[in-house]
Order: sequence, then C-alpha cells, then structure tokens
Amino acid sequence: MLELRHVSKTFNKGTPSAKQALNDLSLHLNAGDFVSIIGSNGAGKSTVFNAIGGSFLVDAGRIFLDGQDVTFLPEHKRAGSIGRLFQDPLRGTAPNMTIEENLALVYLRANKSRSIFGITNKERDFFREKLATLNLGLEDRLKSKVGLLSGGQRQALTLLMATMITPKVLLLDEHTAALDPATADKVLELTRRIVADGHITTMMITHNIGSALALGNRTIMMNEGQIILDVSGEERARLTVPELLELFREKSHTALDDDRILLRAD
Amino acid sequence: MTLTLFQGTMEQALIYSLVAVGLFISFRILNIADLTVDGGFTLGCATSAVATLAGHPFLGLLLALFAGALAGLVTAVLQTKLKVQPILAGIITMTALYSINLMIMQNRANLPLLKCDTIYTWAAGWLPANLCKLLLLALIVALVLLGVFIFLRSGLGLSVRATGDNPDLVRSSSINPSHTITIGLCVANALVALSGALLAQYQLFSEITTGTGMVVIGLASLIMGEAIVGRGGLIRCLLGTLVGSAVYRLIIAIAITSSLQPSNLKLISAIIVAVSISWPAIREKLAVHKLKKAAMQAAREEDSHA
Ligand SMILES: Nc1ncnc2c1ncn2[C@@H]1O[C@H](COP(=O)(O)OP(=O)(O)OP(=O)(O)O)[C@@H](O)[C@H]1O
Ligand SMILES: [Mg+2]
Repeated sequence: MLELRHVSKTFNKGTPSAKQALNDLSLHLNAGDFVSIIGSNGAGKSTVFNAIGGSFLVDAGRIFLDGQDVTFLPEHKRAGSIGRLFQDPLRGTAPNMTIEENLALVYLRANKSRSIFGITNKERDFFREKLATLNLGLEDRLKSKVGLLSGGQRQALTLLMATMITPKVLLLDEHTAALDPATADKVLELTRRIVADGHITTMMITHNIGSALALGNRTIMMNEGQIILDVSGEERARLTVPELLELFREKSHTALDDDRILLRAD
Repeated sequence: MTLTLFQGTMEQALIYSLVAVGLFISFRILNIADLTVDGGFTLGCATSAVATLAGHPFLGLLLALFAGALAGLVTAVLQTKLKVQPILAGIITMTALYSINLMIMQNRANLPLLKCDTIYTWAAGWLPANLCKLLLLALIVALVLLGVFIFLRSGLGLSVRATGDNPDLVRSSSINPSHTITIGLCVANALVALSGALLAQYQLFSEITTGTGMVVIGLASLIMGEAIVGRGGLIRCLLGTLVGSAVYRLIIAIAITSSLQPSNLKLISAIIVAVSISWPAIREKLAVHKLKKAAMQAAREEDSHA
C-alpha cells in the first residue's frame, strides 16, 4: 500500500547546520497494516511523515502510494489519499467555522456534486450519524464553532474528518500527546476502532511504549534517520516494554532518549 | 439633519457597504490586509464612467466587476505564485492601477458624466422619482449580499473561509490554498470595484483620487459594524457591513453639516481603525494595570495592618 524506497533527506544542505534527517530509509506497508513508531527525539519520525505527506521533496529515493509514484506530487494533491493528525489539536480544524462546516469541507473531496445552497439536510444527517460514533455528544452541536471545543473533542473531530473519506494511509503524529491521560485513552480507543472498522493502513508515532506495543500489528524503531528495529507477528506479541527498551539499546548503542517517553505497560 | 440629507446618506451607505463586504472577505475571512482596494475602487469608477459616457451604464457595472476581479487576480498571483508579501502585493497593484485608471479615463484626472443616462435615470423611469436611487441601490446591494451569502456557504466558499482560518486544513482537504486565496481576492475586489462603479454614476463623475484611503474607510465601516452587530454567523457579519457603513456615512454627514472640515474625515477614519484594531491589546494593558494597582493596594493595606 505504501512503500518508501531508499529515501534520504538532509535539511539545510551545504550549510554548517546541515542535518541528515532520513538516511537511505526503506519501508513497505501492506494494506491494513497498523504500524506504531517509536524513537529518540530527532530520530526522523515526523520527517518520515512529512516526506510521505509531501511537505517537502526528498533528496533521494522514491515514494509509492497504492502503486502510484507520488515522489514529486505536490502536498495538496496527495492529501486526498492521506489522513494526517498532529500533536496540536488546533492544526486539524478551522476554529471559526462550525462543526458541520468543518465536516462539509472534507466531505467535499469525495462529493463534488454538492448543492450550491450550503449543507443539505441529508448531509447533516450523515454528519450527525458520524459524530454520534464519537460518543462525545457532538452530534447535537453541529452549529457550534469548533474553537469552542476542548482539545480532546477537537482531536476526535479531526480524526473523524481525516477518516470520513477512507484514506489510503492514516498518519498519526503523537496525536494524543497534548491530551490529558483520560482523554488520550479515549482518543486512542477511538483510533483503534475507526482504524479497525475501515481497515485503514495506519502509521502512529507515539512516545507511549505501552500503546506502541498494544496497538496495531507492527512496531518500528527509528534512530538517526534509519529504521533500526521492525517487529511484528509472534515476536512482537511476546515483547514486553523493558525488552523493547533493551532491544533499542542494543541496536543503537544508546539508551532511548525521548523527553516525553512514557513507560506505562498498559 | 433633513430627510433629504438622511436619504442621501443612506444611499451612499448602500454604495460604500460593498467595500466593507469586500474587506470582510479579504481582511476577515482570508486574513489579508489587501491594499488593492484603493486602486480597485477608482478602477470601478473609471470603467463605469467610460462605459456610461458611451451610453452603456449597465455594461459599466459588469465591466467594473470584471476589472476589479482582474486587479484581485494580479495581487493574488503576486502573493501566492511569486511570493511577494501580501501587503506589498496590494501596494504594487494599487500603484500600477493609478496609471491604468488614468489611461481608462483618457488621461484626465476628472471625467464628468453630465446629462448621461445612468442606471439611476433608468430606475427613475419605473420607480417613484424621489426614492428611485435608494430603492435601486437597496435592490442591487441585497442581490450582491445574497450572492455573497450563497457563495460563502457553497463548497468553494467553505474552502475560502477555511483558508484564513487554517490553511493546513485546506491543504489537507486536497485544495490548493493559493487557489482559494485567489478566488477570495478576486471576489473581494470585484465587489470593491462595483462599489466604485455605482458611485461614479451616482455622483456623475469619476476622479482619479476617489479611491484614496478607501481601505481605511472600508475597514472603519466593517469594524464599527462588528462592534454594533457582533461577529456571530455569516448573516450577522454581512448585516454588520451594512450597519457599519450606515454609521460611518452618518458620522461623515454630521461632520460636514457641523463646522468640521471635510478634510479631517480621513484622520477620523484612521483613528477609528487604529483604535478598534488595537482595542484588544489596549484592553489587555488596562487589565494588567488594574491588577497591578489592586495588588499594590492590597500590599499597602497589609503593611499598614502590620
Ligand atoms: N523543516 C526542517 N528544517 C530543518 N531541520 C529539520 C526540519 N524538520 C526536521 N528537522 C531536523 O530533522 C531531525 C529529525 O526531526 P523529526 O522532527 O523528524 O524528529 P522526530 O523523530 O519527530 O522527533 P520528536 O520525537 O522530537 O518529534 C531533527 O534533527 C530536526 O531538527
Ligand atoms: Mg516529531
């Protein structure tokens, strides 16, 4: 479904502050894979997502999405097949627009033949039905401005928006990191359900080692722009959090250096 | 204030309200301070005047809409494709428009339209004579507001609105924000030029300096309208432009009838805009000042008790 072939990226090339963020990285995801990604600060995790999403062009290598070479496709043209969530809940929604307007905005990309007279009642019912699945009572607040919602509610709404038209790949960059633990758990559970229901190919960066192992079918560790560990199946099922950390130390010859790391093994 | 003067003031308020609507789109929705407006307003005046002189007042309005949109397009291309800073992009277009407007007006700084057929003389043919201008303008402005309302709620309009709010989101809904900025600026400047076009036929002349300071005047109206009507939904915002424009024109009418020099009006507009835009910052300073004072007061009282 998603393939990165020998991708490299150096920021500020040719200057003293040059930084190789991706170093000949290759990765292949099968349809329906749910991969969790962990690694030290600055390992290049977000950079992988930015490369896939098209925030910049990579220096070398190729990126394929569902068989199509997207290496040089501009960001907004890839966006139709990629759903993205960021740590900052403010990034995924338009605060001065209402919940239904936000939903309508993404709904556009599948449904070009919308009525010119704004949102139809049929669409409104559809939005209400979708919002009800979040269990946050947002289905009764279609006309509320999104800026009035809490961080958790906004992130849940963003998740809904990113997956309303099933994306070919869903990229979650620490999307629960800015939420309080209870809300984070709720959004994580929501993520698990939406991804499972839609069989969405997903990559999730997390600093919660526990959820990295608990969610999905595969875990990747990154260090200095490379993948240093890739576990799935039986091997992953048997791994515990301490074992995973030990593995990281072995492979990278340093301890996992993540200032936001959470070692909860839940 | 006499009834005739009041009626005239309301007629002007209707004409200038379109500038406020244009600025609502560029300044509020797209979050861009678009200085194209000063040149675009005169562009509308000039186009409409020339067409009216040639005997085509309605064509003049259409041409003005089109010319205004084109001016917006130039600013948008400078800004999105050529990466000129938004303010500078507007200034560049505005400066270029000065020469273009003169060209359209056949190199004359003033183009009188005496004894020409205008949309207003046309309206006098079937509307009550003393109300014909007011009614015609009300009709045109109502149609424009309806059109803008429908546009802003359509799919395309939603993307334009999201652009100023969160461009990342627009990009991630697979729409190029450059396109939505371009569409927004075209619509905004088309409306501004239409306002100029209506004015030229109303005052029966077009002058090269008519648009000078129009950005500030439009912003003053927009902001005053928001202060009075509030910044709720779309309908409220659009009504606000009408109310703000009416209040602004009333202030001017009063200023003119009183001893105030008309030349002071731009100073007053500038002060209104400066104060209203900086109001949140001023309010915050005042609040901090109050808190400090209260804290110091409390400390003093504690000292005196001790
Ligand atoms: N746009 C950019 N310009 C310059 N350097 C960048 C840019 N984006 C990332 N980098 C650098 O690339 C390296 C990898 O950054 P990246 O954001 O991918 O790390 P990360 O693994 O997501 O880390 P974290 O866990 O802290 O989010 C870092 O050294 C970072 O400073
Ligand atoms: Mg990161």
